[in-house]
Amino acid sequence: MEPLQIADKIKEKFPDEVLNVKEFRGQASVILKKDRILEICRHLHDDPDLYFDYLVDVCGVDYAGKKEKRFEVVYHLYSIKHRHSVRLKAEVSESAPEIDSVTAVWDGANWHERECYDMFGIIFSGHPDFRRILMPEDWEGHPLRKDYPVKGTEKEWPGFKAVLNRAKRFKEFEWQE
Amino acid sequence: MEQIEKTFETRELTINIGPQHPATHGVLRLVLTLDGETVIKCTPHVGYLHRGIEKLGENRTYFSALPLTDRLDYISSMNNNVGYVNAVEKLFGIEVPERAKFIRTMAAEMGRISSHIIWLGTHVLDIGATTPFLYAFRERERILDLFEALCGARLTVSYPRVGGVRNDISQEFLDELYAFVLEFPDRMDDYETLVTENRIWKKRTVGIGVISAEEAVNWGLTGGMLRGSGVNYDVRKHTPYDAYDRVEFDIPLGKNGDCYDRYLVRMGELRQANRIIKQCIEKLPLGPVMADAPKFTLPPKDMVLKDMEHLIHQFILITKGPVVPEGEIYSATEVPKGELGFYLVSDGSGKPYRMRVRAPSFVHASVLPKLCEGGLVADVIANIGSIDIVLGECDR
Amino acid sequence: MLMDTAVNLVEVEKGTMILPPNIIITSMDRLINWGRSSSLWPMTFGLACCAIEMMTTGSSHYDLDRMGIIFRGSPRQADFMIVAGTVTKKMSGIVRRVYDQMPEPRYVVAMGSCACSGGIFNTYSTVQGCDSFLPVDVYIPGCPPRPEALLEGIIKLQKKIKGEHFRWSRWR
Repeated sequence: MEPLQIADKIKEKFPDEVLNVKEFRGQASVILKKDRILEICRHLHDDPDLYFDYLVDVCGVDYAGKKEKRFEVVYHLYSIKHRHSVRLKAEVSESAPEIDSVTAVWDGANWHERECYDMFGIIFSGHPDFRRILMPEDWEGHPLRKDYPVKGTEKEWPGFKAVLNRAKRFKEFEWQE
Repeated sequence: MEQIEKTFETRELTINIGPQHPATHGVLRLVLTLDGETVIKCTPHVGYLHRGIEKLGENRTYFSALPLTDRLDYISSMNNNVGYVNAVEKLFGIEVPERAKFIRTMAAEMGRISSHIIWLGTHVLDIGATTPFLYAFRERERILDLFEALCGARLTVSYPRVGGVRNDISQEFLDELYAFVLEFPDRMDDYETLVTENRIWKKRTVGIGVISAEEAVNWGLTGGMLRGSGVNYDVRKHTPYDAYDRVEFDIPLGKNGDCYDRYLVRMGELRQANRIIKQCIEKLPLGPVMADAPKFTLPPKDMVLKDMEHLIHQFILITKGPVVPEGEIYSATEVPKGELGFYLVSDGSGKPYRMRVRAPSFVHASVLPKLCEGGLVADVIANIGSIDIVLGECDR
Repeated sequence: MLMDTAVNLVEVEKGTMILPPNIIITSMDRLINWGRSSSLWPMTFGLACCAIEMMTTGSSHYDLDRMGIIFRGSPRQADFMIVAGTVTKKMSGIVRRVYDQMPEPRYVVAMGSCACSGGIFNTYSTVQGCDSFLPVDVYIPGCPPRPEALLEGIIKLQKKIKGEHFRWSRWR
């Protein structure tokens, strides 16, 4: 099926949820409201014509200052049987960064959603094992947000400070000529 | 029997494997809960090699983010480069010359051989055989020498460029590569004699880490992991890029989805990669190796040194980056580990607004609990080898 | 009798004399440093890209074993540690702990730009040079260094060990 046809099908089924459909270089993005994302995903997964059995990727994008709602959660779907793909984008605001988890539909969403939380601070409700994944548990801030500096914040992570202190403490035991 | 259960108190044991462990292929850490020798819970911890490649990519121009992709999956950096430049070309909307496409396909398949060979060596070494490891590195060294002849670097190549490849290849290189291609099937026979029908090897891998076709698709597995379960999905066939639609190759498929089938699939892929390289050498067309798209590609070096206009053009492209249409694309390529996707969001400036790497290793590491739980501790090591992850790509 | 043998002493190199047929007279320093530098056992500790080049150096083509260098899996049996790859902040505590578990005398080789200085990864999560928390003896630049460069680095370390003085006196 062509990307725009898929978008039309989603629009037909959920007319109130679809905000906009965009096409660029033959790829369609369907921009959605976040509230019924789980239901939409389940429909896309189960419908025999669409049959998106493979969740390629879930990631966040931070549009700080560019869009009204700051974050977007982007889902890339692919159907191995029908060989077609679509991109879903759910808008999430900064004040309530929360969206339903799709782990109930695709098991593979598990780590992608955890990473999205780690990097952007978007909370996925209904996730079975929700914690940071790449950064340490007690890390402050979400690195991929646009207001997070590349070289890190002024405040050093306490875990690394402890290592430096330990190195300093053990310095006197080192062999010196 | 009841008497014994009453007198002995049994409890679960929690053990930690990694991040510093010779068999975890990098800095993977697993926390296992054991009942005797049976794994009842397995929790992978990743992120020990998180270097912020995505964040760094957003702060560089499209051209200078290329060397970062070398360091994603560092044992097949050529494939990552090809994946990245394909994504950027799709975003820019430029067409690559035929010769460059064939060279890229050839280089990517060389990368696949070098990556699968390392996987074979280390996987077999973990299970207890040393000889294939030493054999495998012998062949890998030849591939790396060829890479060096191609672009001057052994490991982090950065050979493909947006719009083509860095330099044309020489006849000596082609002769050398052709000699390797003719010899490689014999070397493959050597490995297979040592491993495929080995009794110990079969005992350690047949029926270990089984995942069914439906589960594999649902977990988002790709590459050898998915094809080991019998699902025929390969990006090279589904959405062909470069010259993959002009060469003939088969997709090896497994049946049972266990470690042994994944081994057979990857061994089949090695032979197919060899076949693709051979066809590429035979079919290699003549012509330029860089696209004629002055807005998006760097001018030729000799012109930059001679001509003022070209110099200014190069200066602007390097410092500011090209003027890119606003939009977003997702582009996937088949790397040795599975499907490597780049999701690029452009806001019209010379730097990507968002660079997302969909790394196959990240997904494959997430399926470890599914494979390990219910098995023995020794099988955890077989499973880690079999999922073939690289932590640089997993943590990015 | 004693006088006779003293005359037969042959100086084979500076500070080392041979009393034929099979008695060698040398200083304690030289003897211990010779032993140490001839069988350096590194810790198997791959972090990132450089670990692949380290593996290459250890395997068939470059063959570290001929120099008496055999990779060990446990820090308790290791003499030196090759920090091969990017050290992230999350990993730094573990690297330090592995170093602390190694027995004296111990040495550290920082392999690759990332371990030396952070390399191209000047980001929030990367340690800018592992010498901020480890005493590094040899730095090997390169991204990643070639196997020959690693060999050169190890030879440099051997030279450094041979120049040491009195390191056997204060065991801890």
